[in-house]
Amino acid sequence: MFESSTINIVLLIGVLVLATGGIVVLRNRRSKAAAAGSAGAAAATESAMGATGSAWAGPDSETLEPAKSDELGAGPSAEPGEAKSDDSVVGDEAEPAEPAEVTVKERAGRTRSLFASAFQSIRGRGSIDAGTWEELEETLLRADIGIGLTTRLLDPLRAAAKAGTIRTPDDAINALREAMTAQLTTTDRGLHLDAGKKPNVWLFVGVNGVGKTTTIGKIGTAQTALGTTVLMAAGDTFRAAAAEQLLVWAERCGAAYVRGAEGGDPASVIFDGIQSASAKGIDLVLGDTAGRLQNKSNLMEELKKVRRVADKAEGTVNEVLLVIDATTGQNGLSQAREFAAATDVTGVVLTKLDGSAKGGIVFAIETDLGIPVKLVGLGEGAHDLVVFDPAEYVSALFE
Amino acid sequence: MFDSLGDRLQGIVKRLKGKGRLTEADVDEVMSEIRTALLEADVNVGVVRDVVARIREQAIGATVSEALDPSQQIIKIVNAELVAMLGGETLKITYASQPPTVVLMAGLQGSGKTTSAAKLARWFKSQGRQPILIGADLQRPAAVEQLRTLGNQISVPVFSEPGDPVATARRGLEEAKRLGKDVVIVDTAGRLAIDEEMMRQVADISTTVKPNYTFLVVDAMTGQDAVSVADAFHQRLSIDGVILSKLDGDARGGAALSVKTVIGRPIAFAATGEKIDAFEQFHPDRMAGRILGMGDMLTLIEQAEKVFEQDKAEEAAQRMLEGQFTLEDFLEQLQQLKKMGPLSGIMGMLPGMPKEMKNAQIGDDQVKVTEAIIRSMTLEERRDPSIINGSRRSRIAKGSGTEVADINRLVKQFTEMQKMMKKMGGLAKPQGKGGKGKPGKINKRQAMQQLGDMFGGQGGIPGLPGADGSPGLPPFFK
Repeated sequence: MFESSTINIVLLIGVLVLATGGIVVLRNRRSKAAAAGSAGAAAATESAMGATGSAWAGPDSETLEPAKSDELGAGPSAEPGEAKSDDSVVGDEAEPAEPAEVTVKERAGRTRSLFASAFQSIRGRGSIDAGTWEELEETLLRADIGIGLTTRLLDPLRAAAKAGTIRTPDDAINALREAMTAQLTTTDRGLHLDAGKKPNVWLFVGVNGVGKTTTIGKIGTAQTALGTTVLMAAGDTFRAAAAEQLLVWAERCGAAYVRGAEGGDPASVIFDGIQSASAKGIDLVLGDTAGRLQNKSNLMEELKKVRRVADKAEGTVNEVLLVIDATTGQNGLSQAREFAAATDVTGVVLTKLDGSAKGGIVFAIETDLGIPVKLVGLGEGAHDLVVFDPAEYVSALFE
Repeated sequence: MFDSLGDRLQGIVKRLKGKGRLTEADVDEVMSEIRTALLEADVNVGVVRDVVARIREQAIGATVSEALDPSQQIIKIVNAELVAMLGGETLKITYASQPPTVVLMAGLQGSGKTTSAAKLARWFKSQGRQPILIGADLQRPAAVEQLRTLGNQISVPVFSEPGDPVATARRGLEEAKRLGKDVVIVDTAGRLAIDEEMMRQVADISTTVKPNYTFLVVDAMTGQDAVSVADAFHQRLSIDGVILSKLDGDARGGAALSVKTVIGRPIAFAATGEKIDAFEQFHPDRMAGRILGMGDMLTLIEQAEKVFEQDKAEEAAQRMLEGQFTLEDFLEQLQQLKKMGPLSGIMGMLPGMPKEMKNAQIGDDQVKVTEAIIRSMTLEERRDPSIINGSRRSRIAKGSGTEVADINRLVKQFTEMQKMMKKMGGLAKPQGKGGKGKPGKINKRQAMQQLGDMFGGQGGIPGLPGADGSPGLPPFFK
């Protein structure tokens, strides 16, 4: 009835007139009524939220098993046929001068583990009771896993406890750990670089301030170190000095660089970047876009256009990476949904995981929307962006 | 994305109807829904626990009043509690007796410090002050350029020099004094609360510039971690107020409640858009409604009040319900509406609008064409479109640069609207009394009462639309 072409605009406006009229009237009525019932606004209650020295693994946690998985990036020679297994996509060698093994546990281990202390208290109970479940639930919620998924994780465990298959707090914790690892089952977490289809194009999208430009800088650094030729396209024409910020990164790592006018059309900047890379025989184009809130439909349309136009240029768009800040709460799911709808997101980059936030929203993003987490950012250094390892991530939460 | 608390309580409330008093079991069920709503809004788990306990206390045994149904009553309690928690003392800026007044911005990376610094500078300017910005974020590439560009846009000078952030801040302050600026805003690099070295640096900057106000910039999308961040910054810097950024997104913004509760400092400002003037002082009452997912009615009301002349709005609405509404009225009301901003924006703010209507994009072009057509009509034609014949039609089309078909469509749409509105008006009319006679005049008070009820439920809950989950719309939209 309301297709945009045949929409009865007159009716819509009529409704608006009526609605606003109604509101003004209503407000008037209320202000009269308000005089009658004035509830003393209770002073803001300062609840002492104990300083939960939150975060993950304790400082003394063991170093982890996958010794070297993690410097990201792929050699340009990677073969498309192998794209499924991590090795075509993830180069093994780190730069000698750099600390080779930046790991989630290590970085996240900067502060005391939230899970660890909660589990200690749970184990201390000796047996499973209502308090056990409450504590488990709070622990998951504090990691931003969300009430929906938390309930889905815990309900089967509760049932198992009733049935007697889970008897001790340890059983419960182990079962939870398994259940959480089982949520992250995607096997393909690599970034796809196809030597046969130069230039490859990786686009970066996300809301404001999540670290898109920095992520591009880090990926560019890793890729150029591997011998891939890289071009950075400054598609963020909105934020003041975003193009300069990217230029600094391009100069640092010796990548080619294309920018447009401030306030110009981002799609054309990306297009120019791809065309230029194609002409120069560059392997990889990293396309930056302006941060945008996912509920701004005009800006999301603009992003759709960027994607469309990028597809038309002489390259292959084989990654669209949604950058999400680990501090993001439940809104992350809405971000993932909307950006995926607009641009066919291929993976998530979870940034700022070296802080005290756990980034638990990625569980819901991966299970509800099927978008895999591909990379995690663990610091400000150029080499602090590593391939996401679900087992490691979960164990960092638990230990 | 999430159901509003109103929607959530629907099912429960149906069963509660007719009960004079809420039992403990009823309250338990309701509380669990409230808890879920708050958690989905990213309110911190610990804060939620406390709030729910307090609300519970008030809800048990609360007499079900005549005016409100139980769900409305509960929501009223929840809303009042949230407003109280978010509000309390509001931050009033007092300027240093010996200028300049120094403001320090702190926060995590990407929370929006640089943009907020510029927006704050613009705000001070609008208060008649002469601000200067100091770029002490020497960490992020091009952060200073960003600040300079923004400074240019608002004609506020920006001071920065490469090297050491603490030295830059000190030199900037000296420069501000030399230039006789009375407000100094120091932008700092984003940092993790657990990064000891960086936290020491910002503490050093703070000791150097001795800020009168230290603002913590918090992203409205922040999840559970907001409390540890706020707490860590507060311990180090003694925060005076919070700036809530990116509030124009669709996040519920529970972080605001968490932070306010944990550090006990007011939320001073909120950034409500990307544009530099989209920055306002914080309204706790609106935030409460938002956390509960109740739409941003108050903003709409405020805008409407600013723009609409009350009598005219009432009159127009009444005429509409009586079927007396002419194209002339329509044009006039359209002008008023346009002053409130893009029509699609207004539509989005009305709670309870069906998705189809919310998503219907009202293009500015369409509005323009509609206006042009009406303006090309004579007064007579506007009052009675039925007199528009072939030759009048082609004259109007020529005058407005449209096709004859467009005129037809507009007239048809308008007639349809008139009919619909009249039907609604008929519903408002006391049945039976008027008999079968012609659709006599509706009592003005009745019509307005009806309107108020349509858009405000039973009243009494400021900032919240009708709590029955289907507020805001006349019957035929349901």
